[in-house]
Amino acid sequence: MGETTHKAGWQVIVSRAAGVLVLLAGVLLAAGLCTASTPHDNPVPTIFEPHSTPAESIQHLSHFVLAITGLIFLVVFSLLSYVVVKFRRRVGEAGREPAQVYGSTQIELAWTIIPILIVVVLFLATARVIHAIQDAPRPPEAVEVTAIGHQFWWEFRYPKLGIVTANELHVPVSDPAHPTPTFLKLLSADTDHSFWVPQLAGKTDLIPNRVNETWLDPHEAGIFLGQCAQYCGTQHAKMLLRVYVDGHEDFNAWVHAQQRPAHQDEKELGGKHVFETTACVNCHAVSGTNGTGRFGPGLTHLMSRRTIAAGAAENTPENLRLWIRNPDSVKPGSLMPAMKLSDAELDALVRYLETLR
Amino acid sequence: MSSDVIAIQTPEGAGRSWLEMLHAWVTTVDHKRLGILYILYALVFLVIGGIEAMIMRIQLMRPHNDFVGPQVFNRMFTMHGTTMIFFVAMPILFGFANYLVPLMIGARDMAFPRLNAFGFWLTALGGFLLYFSFVGGSGLYGAGNAPDVGWFAYAPLTSRAFSVGHSADYWTIALLVSGFGSISTAINIIATILCMRCPGMKLSRMPLLAWLNLVMAAMVILALSPLTAAQIMLSIDRYLGGHFFDTQAGGSATLWMHFFWIFGHPEVYVLIIPAFAFASEIIPVFSRKPIFGYPVMVAATICIGFIGLSVWAHHMFTIGMTSYSNSFFVFTTMAIAVPTGIKIFNWLGTMWGGKIQFKTPMLFCIGFLFQFLIAGLTGVMMSVAPFDWQLGNSYFVVAHFHYVIVGGILFCLFGAFYYWFPKITGRMLSETLGKLHFWLFAIGFHLTFDSMHIPGLLGMPRRIYTYEPGRGWEIWNLIETIGVFIQGIATLVFVANLVLSYFKGPEAGNDPWDAWTLEWSVSSPPPPYNFASIPTVASRRPLWDRKHSEDPDSRYE
Repeated sequence: MGETTHKAGWQVIVSRAAGVLVLLAGVLLAAGLCTASTPHDNPVPTIFEPHSTPAESIQHLSHFVLAITGLIFLVVFSLLSYVVVKFRRRVGEAGREPAQVYGSTQIELAWTIIPILIVVVLFLATARVIHAIQDAPRPPEAVEVTAIGHQFWWEFRYPKLGIVTANELHVPVSDPAHPTPTFLKLLSADTDHSFWVPQLAGKTDLIPNRVNETWLDPHEAGIFLGQCAQYCGTQHAKMLLRVYVDGHEDFNAWVHAQQRPAHQDEKELGGKHVFETTACVNCHAVSGTNGTGRFGPGLTHLMSRRTIAAGAAENTPENLRLWIRNPDSVKPGSLMPAMKLSDAELDALVRYLETLR
Repeated sequence: MSSDVIAIQTPEGAGRSWLEMLHAWVTTVDHKRLGILYILYALVFLVIGGIEAMIMRIQLMRPHNDFVGPQVFNRMFTMHGTTMIFFVAMPILFGFANYLVPLMIGARDMAFPRLNAFGFWLTALGGFLLYFSFVGGSGLYGAGNAPDVGWFAYAPLTSRAFSVGHSADYWTIALLVSGFGSISTAINIIATILCMRCPGMKLSRMPLLAWLNLVMAAMVILALSPLTAAQIMLSIDRYLGGHFFDTQAGGSATLWMHFFWIFGHPEVYVLIIPAFAFASEIIPVFSRKPIFGYPVMVAATICIGFIGLSVWAHHMFTIGMTSYSNSFFVFTTMAIAVPTGIKIFNWLGTMWGGKIQFKTPMLFCIGFLFQFLIAGLTGVMMSVAPFDWQLGNSYFVVAHFHYVIVGGILFCLFGAFYYWFPKITGRMLSETLGKLHFWLFAIGFHLTFDSMHIPGLLGMPRRIYTYEPGRGWEIWNLIETIGVFIQGIATLVFVANLVLSYFKGPEAGNDPWDAWTLEWSVSSPPPPYNFASIPTVASRRPLWDRKHSEDPDSRYE
């Protein structure tokens, strides 16, 4: 009982303070509202429109923190403004010094003890949310994903489902009655990276020679954008990330499609030959071919992805062609080399890649 | 006053050749000259670091801009951060400490004048080495010039696998060398303050500026040593086959993070405490009241010094520490808000009931108070680890620390320039240009750094050379860029003011602000060796006692 009234108290403070008092929060909430979008497409990855349990608990905590800091701001800002206006030296006062005051133990004790109490309250609220997010139990229905950061793309492996994909993560909607959260094991193949999809969860780093974890628990289908949030080298900027939150049927359909071996099209054997006989296979894998490289994204179901080059370009035949011909024109500094293929080889290769659904 | 201060005629400058002047400056061991050298050196790098910032802001003005490529952009933010922290903020604050501490405690020089010169020239060499990387970083071999690892240079990006050529080595050696310089200066400041105070100046009567610089110097020794050690370990990794940070051979990337941030966070206090020191001298004089709660101000500073050494891992909330470690660092980080808050309230108490004169130094200090309030509160937000999982490494954190460093430290520094320039040069800075400088800079600052918070909340990470359109980031980035140019113009006004006033400014006299500390009892600029006869003090405000012999401070302390 006491807890609920306490919470209601928070929310009252929050709704009043966050909108009106807090300078920053006010501006950003306005920004968030202006850019509000349909649940299926979330072009603005704002932290104030969370759609997943960990991001939501962070948002609740952040409202509480914004309310407290907003109140402190208002009080101290008013005091400072009052002092600056009220105690100006006025004309004709020159020459006489004001009363010399050296301090006041009572007042100084007050402005020591009150902040200490605020800190204790803030700390307890924070520790609770840290524990709730970091030490969350993992239900048996949870989807397991291993995310591996590479310069400059994401590898996603679903060990229980036998799926390997890249840059576009698919997770199921988690119904609060039957939660199916997604737990991610975070690894890095080279330098530090950070997994950040603001509307689904706070960021967690992917650090080489270390295993980290995070989890998502999305309540709504849609596409959620994010990107690498730890500087990882030249093309850190174009290490984009998108998460598709699918309804259960869509997710199962996607899983089945991904579990199938690569599509074999007898008409495109020429392009397959180009793929198998050039350096492509050193870095890229396509099931059923001799391409087993893991240095670059797997291409078995390339056409199931909407973007290429870790989100740097849309997945269209023109962009694929451009990307293979001259990666630097799409993503300068990426580790994909220019393949120096003839036009005929390039056409055949792109036609072949387009069959990899 | 003139009874115990005899102006010593300076033989220098009169009838000397240009070469002799240069020789005198290069070989000087005088604390005032070294202080000026530090300050001029830092001002040069301030302009360089500012130009680097402008290049970044032009690039980010609109999405998919191609003003510079990723390689250049990454070098710019690495050089900007490294330059501003190690070759602007540290030397300029050391410069003021060097110049002011002996004068304010009634000493004739620093304790170790030669060590002082050694420290300056090491720092100077460090800056030179960092910028020599543009030439010597193996750019000719296609390995890229100038370091591009970010100013905190996380492993394993600095390993030879990911940083080919020598650019990372220039970064390492530059910080190693300037680190030795900083440590020697810190030792000097501590020795000077503890051993060279004039008769009567008990620790409890020291000006706050000396107290705060004492704490700063202690923190420099404690914080820079781990960084220096880490730089040596990194060089061992790169050249002698070590594996401290080499993750491919079992090394630890997080070990570097701990080494860096156990330096990096105290470093913030190393920079802000001297800025507090300026505010603690300027605000009382222009409010015409003594500092409110002197003992508490000293205690709060020492408290910040101690707690400041135990908060470093709040830079690492996203690296996957346990919930208990995270909670510990949440608590220490929040705790530091208490002594910091006390300081703000005590400055407020100083102004309360005063007669505030809005001279340019005071304007900058008032700007500092408002801005530091906001910077402190966004700091509290980020101390909340879960909130930090969203805000960390986003543009919000960039806005936050620029609020501290520009809105806090740089504003206090500008205040210090306007306040002590008359003492250093003997001439007043122009008040008209000063006020123009203040307002232009404040407007530019707020345009840039207020709006910078918002793209961070909308999911924009830092250190990206370009971004996708349609994410709600465009307008804020454009405003930031406009603000940077206004700050640039304001800085030009400042430089013009320095130069014009140096030659044409009105004579300052000994004590233009009617102030209370010992530096104002000597001529402007002060004579060599400062005091013809060492003064004796009886209170924290020796000049107040002299000016108000009917009601001296010494009666109340």
